[in-house]
Amino acid sequence: MEKNKKIRNADFLQGNIACAEGAIMAGCNFFAGYPITPASEIAHHLSKRMFEVGGTFIQTEDEIAAIANVLGASWGGAKAMTATSGPGISLMLENIGLGVVTETPCVIVNVQRGSPSTGSPSIHMQGDMLQSKFGSQGDYQIIALAPSSSQEMFDLTIEAFNLSEQFRTPVFILSDSLIGHMRERVELPNKEELALFERRRLKSYQGINQKIFLDEKVALMPVFGNGLKANVTGSTHKEDGFRNVSDPKILDNEIKVLSNKILKHKKEIIRIEEVNLEDADVAIFSYGLSSRAVLKSIEVARKERIKVGSFRPITIWPFPDEEIKKLSNRVKTIIVCENNLGQLLPFVKAAACENCQVIFLPPKTLGTLYHTMEIIEKIKEVV
Amino acid sequence: MVNPVTHNLKKYFRGEINYTTCPGCGNGIVAQAILWAIDDSGIDFDNYAFVSGIGCSGWIPSPAFNTDVLHVTHGRAIAFATGLKLAAPNMKIIVTAGDGDTSAIGGNHFIHACRRNIDLTMICVNNQIYGMTGGQIAPTTPYLSKTTTTPYGSVERPFDLSKIAIAAGATFVARWTTFQARQLRKTIAKAILHPGFSFVEIISQCPVQYGKVLKKRNDAVAMLMDYKERSINLKKARELQKSELKDKIIVGEFVEERNVPELTQEINRLREEALQKCQR
Ligand SMILES: Cc1ncc(C[n+]2csc(CCOP(=O)(O)OP(=O)(O)O)c2C)c(N)n1
Ligand code: SF4
Ligand SMILES: [Mg+2]
Repeated sequence: MEKNKKIRNADFLQGNIACAEGAIMAGCNFFAGYPITPASEIAHHLSKRMFEVGGTFIQTEDEIAAIANVLGASWGGAKAMTATSGPGISLMLENIGLGVVTETPCVIVNVQRGSPSTGSPSIHMQGDMLQSKFGSQGDYQIIALAPSSSQEMFDLTIEAFNLSEQFRTPVFILSDSLIGHMRERVELPNKEELALFERRRLKSYQGINQKIFLDEKVALMPVFGNGLKANVTGSTHKEDGFRNVSDPKILDNEIKVLSNKILKHKKEIIRIEEVNLEDADVAIFSYGLSSRAVLKSIEVARKERIKVGSFRPITIWPFPDEEIKKLSNRVKTIIVCENNLGQLLPFVKAAACENCQVIFLPPKTLGTLYHTMEIIEKIKEVV
Repeated sequence: MVNPVTHNLKKYFRGEINYTTCPGCGNGIVAQAILWAIDDSGIDFDNYAFVSGIGCSGWIPSPAFNTDVLHVTHGRAIAFATGLKLAAPNMKIIVTAGDGDTSAIGGNHFIHACRRNIDLTMICVNNQIYGMTGGQIAPTTPYLSKTTTTPYGSVERPFDLSKIAIAAGATFVARWTTFQARQLRKTIAKAILHPGFSFVEIISQCPVQYGKVLKKRNDAVAMLMDYKERSINLKKARELQKSELKDKIIVGEFVEERNVPELTQEINRLREEALQKCQR
């Protein structure tokens, strides 16, 4: 960092570069990826920077290999990351499930583009919000964060590493092509000031039935190469890693403990930004880039003395349902603004439990920025 | 009084040995050959890690071998092993995979590992069939074979996995059948010490699923005798015409190339160069 002349204590950075620098600040020392718009700048930047910090960069043969490399590297003791867009995530999903059940810390950045399929590589959308949580087979929990600026691309990448180490699990950054590509001022902390969560490692071999998995309080990780004889499998297993694929009780335990490991720590994980909600009758639920227009609209509406505020989940998964439930008891209406056909809308509705009205407002044209007028009109309509 | 004798390889097992392979399966011979080679290497077992995919061959190290074992998704073992090796370059990493694992779903990772010349030892158990899933055709199954998904006989030509490895740039390539267990042990020992990507293909009997195809169901001995008949050493094979080699299994060490840049060392060089530039 000190050596890189361009980056001082504050800089004007593209979101993707801010993400890459955030990773380095967090101690990331392994990156594997496959080129894809609009995420490639992260790879470009790290193909240089990784070696400067003594780490590894590899451009793999595809995204399946990228996530496999990342998970393998994590077992080898690295802080590892990959970055891609929706099509790449689609390819990674089987191994992301393996990352969840083998409790392998890593960070997966999805710079979302217009989808489905090959879609529109440089149009920004929020179309993969559910994919990250439900894309791999079976019941599982994931942690996903949604940055809304270059600054947050930096900060939340660091946070993603911290959460992944703390909870021994893959963590998503759900960005989009516009956040990835726009340039903004980013304030860079001193590394000494940062609170980094260091991996809680198993120190010595505890015998054949050592408890290295499936603890709601997070088991110590038996990083490879330390004589810990780690027994790691994507098959259904017990605390010691031994596979048992015939007893439903073992399966039941694995699914529930892994879920609880995240859900019982929701308070620690979930971050929300609330603006002007104290006296609000109307709350706008939005995240990522969409909330930039929402905040502007609220500013304008407030000048007209309309009691409206913003509820912005920074953590998308686990979903902040309790916070939304509380909100629903305070406001008359929640307007859900997301740049898709309403992916998180059903979750907001379920959390609000009919305590208040929940209505949906996508941008007029999917893949475009909200006009503040669109939002203000809707606010006025419901007030 | 009978003196209890402990098998020389028992020390490498996690608890009681409880393999779930079918009787007569070649995986037992392969498991032993690997462990004997490790015994010969003199390198502490803790310095080894195994990465395996899904398929009967994936169960050779998992969970039985008493060291770090990473048992991953079907076809992806090499890709996981690549990340592991890059992060822990001092470890000896052995990948065990089936023929389907290696050349169907994981074919891409296989050729790229050969090209990269990353220091991994790849043990490919080629039983010429999908064993685990019930005897479906694999990319290695001979032409006209009747399998559970080719009831009329297969109409596709099989891969020669060693040839693929050679063409893709692997710097150590060898093939034996499970009949040549001693040679196999020596070759694996060499492969482990080879500084680069080594590919050891083992033609191995699956008496249950491929035995059925050959009308030798559950007859491991007949399959091994067949390997004995058909195996021909590479040096002898060189003297024969193509027509004389029909139905033969060419065995031996095909390639052993040193002094080819190895990936973890190349990456280390990049780190050193980058650090020097930064210090300037
Ligand atoms: C993505 C995926 N597709 C399919 C399967 C099912 N499956 C498990 S093993 C296997 C093939 C095994 O054949 P091979 O790799 O030759 O190993 P063998 O059992 O013969 O040793 C298949 C298709 C799977 N586990 N994952
Ligand atoms: S199905 Fe074939 S390869 Fe699998 S364990 Fe049985 S004999 Fe071995
Ligand atoms: Mg097979």
